[in-house]
Amino acid sequence: MAITGVLRPGHAQIRVLDLEEGVKFYRDVLGLVDMGRDSQGRHYFKAWDERDHHSVLIRQADKTGIDLFGFKVDSEATLEKFEKDLQAYGVTTKRIPAGEMMNTGERVQFTLNNGHAIELYADKKDVGNGLGYHNPKPWGPDAERGIAPTRLDHALLAGGDLDQALDIFVNVLGFYLVEEVVAPDGMKIAVWLSCSNKTHDIAFLRHAEDGKLHHVSFWLETWEKVLRAADIMSMNDVPVDIGPTRHGITRGATIYAWDRSGNRFETFSGGYPAYPDHAVITWPVEHLPEGLDYAQRKLHETFLTVFS
Amino acid sequence: METQKGNTTSVMTEEAYEYVKITIAETGESFDCSTNESVLEGMRRLGKRGIPVGCRSGGCSVCKCQVVKGEYHQHRPMSTEYISKQELEENCVLTCCIKPKDNLEVKVIGKMHKNVCEK
Ligand code: FES
Ligand SMILES: [Fe+2]
Repeated sequence: MAITGVLRPGHAQIRVLDLEEGVKFYRDVLGLVDMGRDSQGRHYFKAWDERDHHSVLIRQADKTGIDLFGFKVDSEATLEKFEKDLQAYGVTTKRIPAGEMMNTGERVQFTLNNGHAIELYADKKDVGNGLGYHNPKPWGPDAERGIAPTRLDHALLAGGDLDQALDIFVNVLGFYLVEEVVAPDGMKIAVWLSCSNKTHDIAFLRHAEDGKLHHVSFWLETWEKVLRAADIMSMNDVPVDIGPTRHGITRGATIYAWDRSGNRFETFSGGYPAYPDHAVITWPVEHLPEGLDYAQRKLHETFLTVFS
Repeated sequence: METQKGNTTSVMTEEAYEYVKITIAETGESFDCSTNESVLEGMRRLGKRGIPVGCRSGGCSVCKCQVVKGEYHQHRPMSTEYISKQELEENCVLTCCIKPKDNLEVKVIGKMHKNVCEK
């Protein structure tokens, strides 16, 4: 088995200013599948082709942003190993009991110096994608409702101490560095990290304020579907930040836009298969404009200034 | 598809509205804005500049202004990360979350022009 340890991003918990408005947006415009609400008032969603119970939770708060980003690991033994390794590294971890999050086993949570809560878990209920495991159809009605991404893909998290986040993800959690933006003095400004064959499962941006969300990203199968997403956004008055265009960095075809509370999200497609033995791709910071928007080659000011 | 809740270009979908003038205090520049759209969206839609444009949904604060003249009403919640009660009392607002009632004059205080309201 090639992908071991951390398997993939498993869930993001996002704060919205109005829960009902948020539910309508994530269900009807973004086109996630509604998986219900828990007693704490968190509303759960999954992308249609995901099999585990949920990948997005939203909750009402008076501040926007992200509460936590979680990863699924391959087994309880791995979860325990990471817990010990994180503690040995000097990170405080806490166990959150099974069931605190719907249909999810015990989670090991820790906070990075950049202010972001990260958690690991081994168990979440397989509810399937509705197509079955026996002679399945390739897609169903949920694949065409709203933008309808197939999965939660990654997040870009911003905060001061990028170096610690990079060190923990690479040296404790087994991710590898795929691409980076580097200042003339060698300081890393942004990094894209993979635990799989994707160009990124998580990315970090150096930023003066800690705990800031840059975006949570969702996967679409084709560039055509990215254009369809652009139509749906405009049809629903969704504020768009950048795109449709292609990132030079990771080569994804992308749109950045904002949910109803001002949390940025991305719908994207493309990229290339990444491998741990590949040399890191470096973007000197003066080439950030084309790294961000290859078609227009201009720095969108919002990329480095707008966070939630 | 979501039914229109009108947080941005809602001019076509709602009832009576009129156009008022929004003036940016620092530059004296002005633009016409419908009483049915946010001050920020009114500016952005006309391709005008002056107030920084971000999420247009009350979550990021780059559009923060102090309204120094004129009446407005708040039609969306603003993230309290960026707007305190006291600031609200001093008419410091996120311009993507307010619609004008009559001519307004605003001072830009988001990101680039910090802390006008803070004591
Ligand atoms: S543009 Fe983000 S709060 Fe107004
Ligand atoms: Fe992204």
